This record gives sequence, C-alpha cells and structure tokens, in this order.
Amino acid sequence: MSAARVQGALRAASVYAALSISSALILTPLAWLVCASLKRNEDFFNSLFLPAGDGLLGVAWNRLTLHHFYRLFAELGIGRALLNSVFLSSITALLATLFAAMGGYALARLRFRGRRQIDWLVLAVIVIPPPLLLAPTFQLLFQLHLLDTMAGLILPACAPAFGVYLFRQAALGSIPGELLEAARLDGCGEVRTFFAIGLPLVMPMAAAFLLITFLGMWNNYIGPQVVLQSPQRFPLAVAVAQLRGVYYQDYGLLMAGTLVSIAPVLLLFLILQRDFVSGLTSGAVKG
Amino acid sequence: MRAAPGVSNSRAAWLLLAPFLVIFAVFYAYPLVRSVLLAFQQTFGPGSSRFVGLGNFRFLLSDSLFWTALWNTIVFTCGSVFIQLPLALGLALLLNRPRVRGRALFRTILFAPALVGVVFVAMMFGVIFEKRTGLLNLFLHQMFGWNLDFPWLETYVMPALILAALWQYVGFNMVYFLAALQNVPAELLEAARIDGAGSWKRFLHVVLPAIRPVGAFVVLLSIIGSFQLFELPYIMLNSTAGAENRGLTVVMYLYQTGFQIGDLGYASTIAWVLAILLIGCAAAMRALWTTEAES
Repeated sequence: MSAARVQGALRAASVYAALSISSALILTPLAWLVCASLKRNEDFFNSLFLPAGDGLLGVAWNRLTLHHFYRLFAELGIGRALLNSVFLSSITALLATLFAAMGGYALARLRFRGRRQIDWLVLAVIVIPPPLLLAPTFQLLFQLHLLDTMAGLILPACAPAFGVYLFRQAALGSIPGELLEAARLDGCGEVRTFFAIGLPLVMPMAAAFLLITFLGMWNNYIGPQVVLQSPQRFPLAVAVAQLRGVYYQDYGLLMAGTLVSIAPVLLLFLILQRDFVSGLTSGAVKG
Repeated sequence: MRAAPGVSNSRAAWLLLAPFLVIFAVFYAYPLVRSVLLAFQQTFGPGSSRFVGLGNFRFLLSDSLFWTALWNTIVFTCGSVFIQLPLALGLALLLNRPRVRGRALFRTILFAPALVGVVFVAMMFGVIFEKRTGLLNLFLHQMFGWNLDFPWLETYVMPALILAALWQYVGFNMVYFLAALQNVPAELLEAARIDGAGSWKRFLHVVLPAIRPVGAFVVLLSIIGSFQLFELPYIMLNSTAGAENRGLTVVMYLYQTGFQIGDLGYASTIAWVLAILLIGCAAAMRALWTTEAES
C-alpha cells in the first residue's frame, strides 16, 4: 500500500517536473528577449541574461540601458510603424469580421437560390494555399493603382471565406429561430434583424475572430513586404525585419524592436484569453 | 436540421452577402484564375508578359534550385511532423492526467508563442543562434563546454529552423491534442485498467484510436503550414537563402523569383506545383484515413 503511494507521489512529481521544465524552456527565450533589449551590445559576449555585477541579486543594474528603445522611437521612426500596425490590423479585423458575420448569418438563416453553391464555395477555398495568390494579386493591385497603399493590403484580407464558414456554424448553433420569427412578425427587416438580433448572439465568435484577424495582419510580413514600398507606411513586421539588414550586429536594438512588436499582442491575449478560447470552442463544438 | 424554416428572402440574403462576395470575386476568385494563366507566361515585372506555354513547367523540372528548395521544405516538414507533433502529444498527455494542478497556467504558457508572429520569432532566434553572443551557444558552453563557434546559421540551418518552429508551435498543437483527449472514453480506459493493461498498452489500444481523427487533422495542418515556410529562414538568414542555399524553401524561391527577379509567371508555376502537392497530400490522407476506418 505504502509502496504504491510512494510510486504515485513519484509519478506525480515527475509529471510536474516535465511540465515545469517545458514551460521554462518556452519562457526562457521571452525572458532573454526582455533582458537583451536592455543590455549594451558589448555585454552580449559575457552574460547569458543580465550582466553580472555587485548590485542586488548579483546583477550590474547600472549597466542596463533604455538607449535601444530611445533610438527606436527617436531616430528610427518605430512609433510610426507601431501606429501603422495598429491601424492596418484594427481596420482589417473590423471589416473582415463584419463581412464574415453578415455572410455567415445569411447562409445559416436565410433561404435563397444559390445558397448551396456558396456553402460549397466557402469550404472549397480552404484547400488553396495563400502563396498561390501572391503573384496575381500583385499584378491586380498594380493595374488598380493600389500598390503602395494601405487599401491594397486591407481589401484582399476582407473576404475571409473560412470566417464566413465559422460564422455560419455559430449562427446555426446559437441563434434561436423563434427570436428571428418574432422579429419578422414585428415587421423588422431582415438586414435590421441581423444587426439587432443575429450579431449580438454570435458575439463570442465575433470576439475570437476579431482577435484572429487582428493577429493575422499584425504578424503578416509577406503581404506588406510585397505591396508597400514607402517606409512611412511599413507596419512593425516589415520595419523591424529591415532593422536586421541594417543593424545586423546591434543585437540590443534588434531585440528591443522585437519586444515592442510582440508585447502588445501578448498583453492583448492575456487580457482577452477567456473570450478567445470560449469563442473558438463555441464555433467548433456547435457545428 | 434547420431549427426554424428560414423565410425566403433573396434580397436580404444577397445584401448581407454582397460585401464578402464582391471582395471575394475581385481579390480572390479573379486572382486565382489569373494565376492559372500566369503559370504559362513569363513576366518582366507586373506590367509586361509573354506566353511561353509549358515552358515554365519544363524549366522547373530541370531547375536544381527548385529541387533544393523542395528538398529543404520536405526535411523541415518531417521535423515538424516527426519531432514536434509527438512532443506536443506527450505534453497533452501529461497535462490531461487527472488532478494536475495549474493546468490553465501551463496551457497558457505553452500556447503563448503561437501568438508571436513568425517574423518576430525569426528576429529573436536569429540572435539566439548567433555564434559567440547568442543565448544557445553561450548557455550550452557554460553547461557542457559546448563549442562557442557552433555555426547554427551557416551549417546547421535546418536543425535551427526545426528548433525555432518547435518553440513556436508545440503548444499550439498540444491544444488540439488536448481537445482530442477529451474524446477518449473514460469507461474504456477503466475497463482496460481492470483487465491489467499497462499504460503503454492503454495508450496504444484505447487513447490512440480515439484521437485519430483529430490527429490526422493536426498532421495535415502541420504539413500545410510547414510547406509554406518562408519568413523564418528568410529573416533569420538576413534576407538570403543561407550558405549553399541551406535555408532555401519553396515559398522563398517563389518570392525571390516573383518579386526580386520579377518573373510573376514562373513564380505562379512554382505556386501551382506547391498547391497541387498540398491538395494531393490532403486527398491521400483522406483516402488513407477512410479506407482504414472502414476496414
């Protein structure tokens, strides 16, 4: 009996050890990133995380610097790139989510000729890898004079077929038909019914999809790299990646730029985590 | 299936679908058709082109750079499927054990890197893999006397890429497996335990069959994602394909051809070969899965 208990305790301990080591391995690069963004470049050769010294915890706190952040914002215009990223990602997320919610609701809740074909279309698109559209979209944007414009990046991202599918599933699962019937009997138009009743009921899905599309644009590199040419329009992904070409050995600066780019996203996730997860599962489970 | 008989209201439906359909037609369907035409053309920038028939495809067959890119992409994909996914499943199994405390915290930490954009992961690991200044060599040196000049970014590009991708996506895949493990019938596990089946046998005969549908989906997702590898090597190797093209991937070659050389035609040929490979992969897995499920 006691041998079994010892064995159980050992097993539990090893499970926690494995999980803790894995979590530590995942967190280490992030912790290192924060340290690296505060370090002088010469300290990269002799310190893993923070430079050793006589200060508290054996760290030379006085050798740390905010100089990299100062340079990023004062000299290298990273503030502008940050605003561009916020603008591009918010507009894209709002439009893509709205259009996907409208389309998904129509497919789930209205009857019309051609619905079956559009259902099919929305699913068929999932097998098309995005790089396939890169070259022809570039050519199209050139002909429409949309190269080097924000619209040239936002518009192609506003027709998320997979999003329409997700919202279709969410609308089928979470909108009671009686509620729609009541609205119709009261003489409420179909479009108004969508905004007054349909949209509020798929809010969990909308929150999750907003976050997904926001992240998608925030982290998009190849799109802005291909479409944009003027540095003042570059989002963080492109602006920060360009630093690597110019300031190859300036590790502190590169890591400070990376930290500025990922910190907002990680904070947003931590705050919205619950909505995000419940939204995703509500879309998936009630299919 | 329908809860309420939807009123036939075509006008409202088309109105609601209009923004999606219009943008979809212009920025998705039309480019898709154009990419078919482009695959048979040679272009000099976006403005001028000429028809070359099957020339692009013929050239591709003997284009050693394409084959290098394809080989590298396949090696990376194998790394994702055979190293990353088993680890993700292992973590999911650990986290799914009964009475694990702090499950939500572990899950959040392990999942977090999936939110970081590939570009930023590449920026970070580009410095982590540096020879004398990077975290990895310094750490391994202090722990095991590892060679400080170990050339991750020159010679060992593929292990470096697989490691970086492992860091980014292992938690993401774990979350899928974790969801799949909810489908394992508890009574069956209990019955196997009473019959004296060890934990390995229970895993093989009860857990694995139950998570197979999701497992197949995760494998497919992983293959599709890995085949589109571009930013990770491109940024890590400072906008190049690396020494001896060790970091050249299919999408990187597509990008270089289309947007650095300016031949959108040949780039589309490469893109179609990629698309056909992926669609073939999906179809093969689907066929494999349905025949095994029937037998």
